[in-house]
Amino acid sequence: MSGTRRITYREAVREALREALTRDDRVFLMGEDVGAYGGAYACSLGLLDEFGDDRIRNTPLAESGFTGAGIGAALGGMRPIVEIMTINFSLLALDQIVNNAATIRHMSGGQFSVPLVIRMATGAGRQLAAQHSHSLEGWFAHVPGLRVVAPATVADARGMLWTALQDPDPVVIMEHATLYNEEGDVPEDEDLAVDLDRAAIRRAGDAATIVTYSANLKKALAATDELAGEGIECEIIDLRSLRPLDDQTIMTSIAKTHRAVIVDEGWRSGSLAAEISARIQEQAFYELDAPVERVCSVEVPIPYPQHLEQAAIPQPHAIAAAVRKTLRR
Amino acid sequence: MIQFRMPSLGADMDAGTLVEWYRKPGDQVSHGDIIALVETQKGAIEIEVFNDGTLDRIEVEPGHKVPVGTVLATIREPGEAASTALEPAAAAAPAPEVAPPTAPRPRPTAAPPPPAERVEGRAKVTPVARRRAAEAGIDLAAVAAGPDGVVGLAEVEAARRAAPETGAPAAAPRRIGIDLGEMRKAIAAAMSRSHRDIPHYWVSQTIDVTPLFDWLEAENARRPVASRLLYAAPLAKAMALALKETPQLNGHFVDDAFVPAGAVHLGVATALRGGGLVAPALHEVDTLSLDAVMAGLGDMIPRARSGRLRSSELTDATATLSNLGEGTSDAIMPLIYPPQVAIIGCGAAALRPWVADGVLAVRRVITVTVAGDHRVSDGRSASRFLTRLDALLQAPEAL
Repeated sequence: MSGTRRITYREAVREALREALTRDDRVFLMGEDVGAYGGAYACSLGLLDEFGDDRIRNTPLAESGFTGAGIGAALGGMRPIVEIMTINFSLLALDQIVNNAATIRHMSGGQFSVPLVIRMATGAGRQLAAQHSHSLEGWFAHVPGLRVVAPATVADARGMLWTALQDPDPVVIMEHATLYNEEGDVPEDEDLAVDLDRAAIRRAGDAATIVTYSANLKKALAATDELAGEGIECEIIDLRSLRPLDDQTIMTSIAKTHRAVIVDEGWRSGSLAAEISARIQEQAFYELDAPVERVCSVEVPIPYPQHLEQAAIPQPHAIAAAVRKTLRR
Repeated sequence: MIQFRMPSLGADMDAGTLVEWYRKPGDQVSHGDIIALVETQKGAIEIEVFNDGTLDRIEVEPGHKVPVGTVLATIREPGEAASTALEPAAAAAPAPEVAPPTAPRPRPTAAPPPPAERVEGRAKVTPVARRRAAEAGIDLAAVAAGPDGVVGLAEVEAARRAAPETGAPAAAPRRIGIDLGEMRKAIAAAMSRSHRDIPHYWVSQTIDVTPLFDWLEAENARRPVASRLLYAAPLAKAMALALKETPQLNGHFVDDAFVPAGAVHLGVATALRGGGLVAPALHEVDTLSLDAVMAGLGDMIPRARSGRLRSSELTDATATLSNLGEGTSDAIMPLIYPPQVAIIGCGAAALRPWVADGVLAVRRVITVTVAGDHRVSDGRSASRFLTRLDALLQAPEAL
């Protein structure tokens, strides 16, 4: 086994884009300001110089239009990567994503497929106010015909893109905006592709299972550090794939811990956390030693002031409190 | 002061587990009130009190198995002063699984939650705690809840660790309700005793029940669905009336002597899903209207099947009816349930060629078989009973 090297999440995304553009001529990137500006989060900075404006294409501020163009290119045999600046703006492209990308395989009786990858930034924490900060991953995870993944680690950010491009159907990659500056280790290996199917145990423990994804993994880890000081060792599951969900990993863990806390930056009502909670009671009811706890965002548009923004989203102390509640402490 | 004791709920019962108290010290109780739940081989039985007064002290805490006759609680008679300071309980020693009747007041292994936090109604037991307790043979009723009133995995594991280290394997999984394995043992003991000790005789008669069925059909046609009568109701009523007139078949054989019963409390043999059998008593059936008999059966039989009978229902039967009802068997030769002295078995009501009014006709008939205790009565008593039963069933409107 070779060693590892330490890079940022942003660099991991950029490396993954570079790898895809290098390995497969059919791959191209398009989105708002992805060219000279390097994208809103600088993920594609420098790629225009390397690959030229045929393959790094700036688009107008028209999400429905360029997402639709991506679908058309995918139908035509290309492997487009569409970058949408934030998940809030993806709502303008929902018609293309939900009514076209997700349905064409089914509506054509399997004659056409849409091998499209859509990347979008999600989440709160950077004081970008309500129109740039929401966490709507659960909406996409609701839609059959889409695969939805959320890399929480640098290694997953590096490895998920190539695997997503191999999928004959549309894949949405959710990149939490607070992760881009995070550093992490990636293997020195040449082939860094990772699977998109299984959730990962990020920390082992037997007191309670914390189920989370994306940037909230950091907060869950912080909470478990706090709890470990009290002798409470939690297991943390990073979902990685939001659709389909890896039920087996969740239920196996709950069979060991008998308690579940779901951390989801989405709003509680109708959330992905609600879906996971329902599956736990359907599949692991007789393993439960406490009601399933959910730590979600407060049901308000994400506020602009920092103290209110932080108060609105899951925090380590709230996660720790929820764990203690399942332990009846 | 009245001593309220663990009742014997059948010839085959020697001990029972106190599951739950429905009343607490200081509560008024009156004759017939259900004050406790006791688990026996016949399921969880609700225990009634037969005195008026005030519940003074609880002597046996939930979760303890004690022999028949053990004082469970004391009851102050009206006007009586409350008991003074409790004698110091020799509580340090763990309560034996079956304490001798004179044992000091058994205490639960863990302190019970303070009364204010006692959970009323259904206990809050987490799903995994319930499952683990069943696997380990731990009686959940004996597991003290946590300070929040919940019985979770931690409490069950603590109870398991606190269980006597006798090396004996944990008891077979138990649950509140009916343990069919235990019930089969109880049936085996009772029927072996019956077959060994009671010199049975059997007398049968086939009775034309066409008038009864015709009358039922007409009667039910004019009744709303909810108050329709089943065949079992007039049958039980007619049996009770005939038993009332045949006292040698109605009572108990106790200490080598027959004790006739004044009232007719008819035990109704009830098959349980999975193979159990229990015969709870419907009280004073001879005095009840058909509607009351029907209502009584409708209340009692489901409780028998779910294992929630009352103590008086298990102890009071003076004779038993075993009705094969909707089956196809012609006749049954039943065994008496001691200490009763008779059991009446009915085969299925089937269409048969039959002579009625001097001509051959197709009629619905049942074969009724009386098993009698020959120490108490002779075939002649059974024959008189059957003749009377036949007559009663020919005029169902008079029942």
